[in-house]
Amino acid sequence: MSFIEYGDTIKDGDTAIVFLGHESMFPVKVQHGTVTQTKYGVIRHSTDLIGKKYGSKVTCSKGGWVFILHPTPELWTMNLPHRTQILYSTDISIITMMLELKPGSIVCESGTGSGSLSHALIRTVAPTGHLYTVEFHQQRAEKAQEEFREHGVDHLVTVTNQDVCKNGFGVSNIADAVFLDIPSPWEAIGHAKSALKAEGGRICSFSPCIEQVQRTCLAMEEYGFTEINTLEILLRVYNVRTISLQIPDLGKAAEDNSGTGFDSSNPSNQGSPGANLQQGTVQFKSGVPLREMVGHTGYLTFATKS
Amino acid sequence: AMEGSPGARIREGDCAVLKRGEVFKAVPVLRRRKIIFEKQWFYLDNAIGHSYGTTFEVTNGGNLQPKQEVEETPTETKEAGTDNRNIVDDGKSQKLTHDDIKALKDKGIKGQEIVQQLIENSTTFRDKTEFAQDKYIKKKKKKYEAVITIVKPSTRILSTMYYAREPGKINHLRYDTLAQMLTLGNIHAGNKMIVMETCAGLVLGAVMERMGGYGSIIQMYPGGGPVRAATSCFGFPKPYFDNLHEFPLSKVHSLLSGTFSTETLPSDPEDNALVEEESNGLTEEKQTSLQETEEEPTAEAPMEINQSEEQETMDINAEDVEFKENKEKENKENVREKQMKQWERRKKLTETAALLREKNADGLIVASKFHPTPLLLSLLEFVAPSRPFVVYCQYKEPLLECYTKLRERGGVINLKLSETWLRNYQVLPDRSHPKLTMSGGGGYLLSGITVVLDKGKSDSSNSETLKMEEPSPKRCKVQDLHC
Repeated sequence: MSFIEYGDTIKDGDTAIVFLGHESMFPVKVQHGTVTQTKYGVIRHSTDLIGKKYGSKVTCSKGGWVFILHPTPELWTMNLPHRTQILYSTDISIITMMLELKPGSIVCESGTGSGSLSHALIRTVAPTGHLYTVEFHQQRAEKAQEEFREHGVDHLVTVTNQDVCKNGFGVSNIADAVFLDIPSPWEAIGHAKSALKAEGGRICSFSPCIEQVQRTCLAMEEYGFTEINTLEILLRVYNVRTISLQIPDLGKAAEDNSGTGFDSSNPSNQGSPGANLQQGTVQFKSGVPLREMVGHTGYLTFATKS
Repeated sequence: AMEGSPGARIREGDCAVLKRGEVFKAVPVLRRRKIIFEKQWFYLDNAIGHSYGTTFEVTNGGNLQPKQEVEETPTETKEAGTDNRNIVDDGKSQKLTHDDIKALKDKGIKGQEIVQQLIENSTTFRDKTEFAQDKYIKKKKKKYEAVITIVKPSTRILSTMYYAREPGKINHLRYDTLAQMLTLGNIHAGNKMIVMETCAGLVLGAVMERMGGYGSIIQMYPGGGPVRAATSCFGFPKPYFDNLHEFPLSKVHSLLSGTFSTETLPSDPEDNALVEEESNGLTEEKQTSLQETEEEPTAEAPMEINQSEEQETMDINAEDVEFKENKEKENKENVREKQMKQWERRKKLTETAALLREKNADGLIVASKFHPTPLLLSLLEFVAPSRPFVVYCQYKEPLLECYTKLRERGGVINLKLSETWLRNYQVLPDRSHPKLTMSGGGGYLLSGITVVLDKGKSDSSNSETLKMEEPSPKRCKVQDLHC
C-alpha cells in the first residue's frame, strides 16, 4: 500500500484505516505482534490484519466487527492527528482543480501545518511531480517529515523549516503552483512569484478573514498577477431518511346533524397515535440536512502569474 | 516535465480557449479560419507561436496583435463628488451619440482612447463618487477595450466554460462539483478507473488529466459509441489514449452473468454517426430495457474528431466495364477493410471485457443523464473492495433511491449524499462583498467506499443473475426499477 499507489493486501508497516461505523474510524500502524483496542474488542495485527485483503471485515475479540480500509489522503484528512486547524476535502478539491494540479506538477505550499493538504497534493502530483512545503514551526515540520516517510511518500516532498515570508520556498522559477495558508500571505506574494515558473503559474491563498483577503488581493495586483478571483465553498450533507408524516384529521365530509365541524367530544377525533398512524400517515424518502453545518472555513483567492 | 511546462506555445492544430473577462470559448487553432467571439471576428494566425496566456487585441483587419503593456498613468486626484443625491439619470448625460462612437471606432481609434472620450463627454462624470467613477471606467473598458486572452485548456478552464455556455450538455455539473468528484474518487496516476458519463467527455477528460497518462480507464457508454467531444479539447498527447478503453453498457448484464459474446456488437459508430435508431435495437440479450437516447457524437464542440469514415457515394455514370471491374475490386476491398475493422473492434472489446472481469477496478465515477441506481448496482461489481466511488446526479431524489438500494445490496460503507455551495466575491478596498449573482445549484453527489461483499448477501445476488430466464419475484425485488 501507499498513499499514492493502491495495494490489495495489508502488509506490515502499512498505515490502515479501521472503520467502526458511521463517522467512526481511526488510523492504525500495522505491526507484527501489536494489538489494537477498539470498542468491539481487540484486533491482533499478526492474525487479523497482515495478509488480509483491504476492505475485509475483521471480527474483534468481543464479537463486534470492523472494516479495514486502504488509506487515501481523504481518509487521512478525516483521521489525522491535528497539530493545527486543517483544510478539509471540500476546500482541497477546489484548490487542486483551480491550481490545475496533475501528475508531474511542481507545487509549493506554506504552512505545512498538520499535513492534510500536503498528502492530497502529493497524491495528485505523483509519480513525477514534487511538493516543496515550508513550515516555520520546528516540531510541526519534523512531525510532517516523519509522517511523509512513514507513508512512503517522502521521495515526493521536501520539507523546509523556515519562514516563507522572509526566506521564500527555497526554489525559484520552477513551480507550477503555489499555495499559501499563513497569517500574512501578502508578505509572501513576492516570494511566491519568484518560486513560480516564468509564465502561467497559479497561486492560491487561503484566509479566514476578509481583511487578509483584501490585503492579499492588493499585493497580487501590485506584483502583476492576473485573473485574481476570490471564492468560498461550503459542503452541504444530507442524511437519507424515511419520513412518516401524519395525515391530520379534518373530520368527515358528510356531517350528521348532531355535530358541528368541531366535534371535539368525539373520541375518534383525538384518536390514539398508534391507531391513526396505521391508517393516516404518508411515507417518503427525504434528504434531510444536518442540524448544523460548517458555515465558513476561509476565502480562497486564486490568480495567475503573467 | 510534461505538457503545460513553462512557456507552452500556441500551435496550429491545438484546441485553444479564448477568454474575455469571464467568457470562454474553445476553438481549433487553424490558419485562415474565421473565428467569431464576443461580437468580434478575427483570424488566429498571428497567435501561433505565442505563449498561452498572451493577451491580444483585434486589429481592424481582423488579425490578432499582442496587447502592449500600457503604463497606467498615475491618476492625479481627479474631481469627484460625495454621493448621488443630485445626479439625475435622464439618459442625456453622455454627449457622444452612437454614431459618434461608431465613427471613432471606424477611424481605428483604440478602445482606451474611446473610453477617455466617453469620460470627457459625460456631464455627470465629475459628480460621481470615486467608486462610481471607477465602476464607470471599468464598465466602459469592458465594452470598448476588446482584449482576448488565449489560454491553455485544462479541467479548470473547460469545466467553467461548459457550465457557463452549455450546461445542458454536462447535466448541469458545476465545476466545483466536478472538483469534488475527482478528489473524493482519489483519482490519481496509476489507477484503473471505470468512468460512465454523458457529459460530452468532460468528466473523462478531467479524469485523464488527473491520471497523467498513467494507469487505465474503461469508459462505459450507452448506444453506439462514447462521446468524447470535450475530451479532445484537453489536447492530451497520443499515449494517453493507449490505455483508454471503452465498453458498451448494453453488454454489462451479459458480462456479469457470464454469457458475454462479441457476436452481436452495438452498431459500428462509423456507420451511423447520425442515425439513432439502429444502435438502440441491437441488444437482444438484455432482459431490461434501459432507455437510451444516443447523443450525436459529431454534433458537439467546434473541435470534432471526425470518427466516421467518408461514406463514399458511388456515382457510377460510366458504362465502362473496366470501370465496373475496378469498382468491384474496390467494393471487395472496402468489405475486407470493414471486416478488418470489425475484427479489431471485437478483439478490443474482448480485451476490455477481460479487464472488467478482473473485478479489480480502483474506482468508479458516474455522471450521466440516466437514473444512477441501475448503473451503480451493476458497475460496482467491477470495483475492488476498499475503493471509492462517486455518483453525480443533477437531481437529489434519484440519489435518495440509489442510497437505499446500495444499503440493501451491502458491500458499501461511508455513504454520503452531498452538494457544494459556491460563492464568488468582489474584493476591492472598501468595496468587498459577495458577487451579486450565484449559481442556484450545481448538482448532487453520492459517494462511498466499497468493502468486501458479505458472503450471505453476495450469494443471493449471484443466483439472481444466473437465473436469467426465471422471472423470480426475488429478482424482481433487487432490480425492481425495471418491473
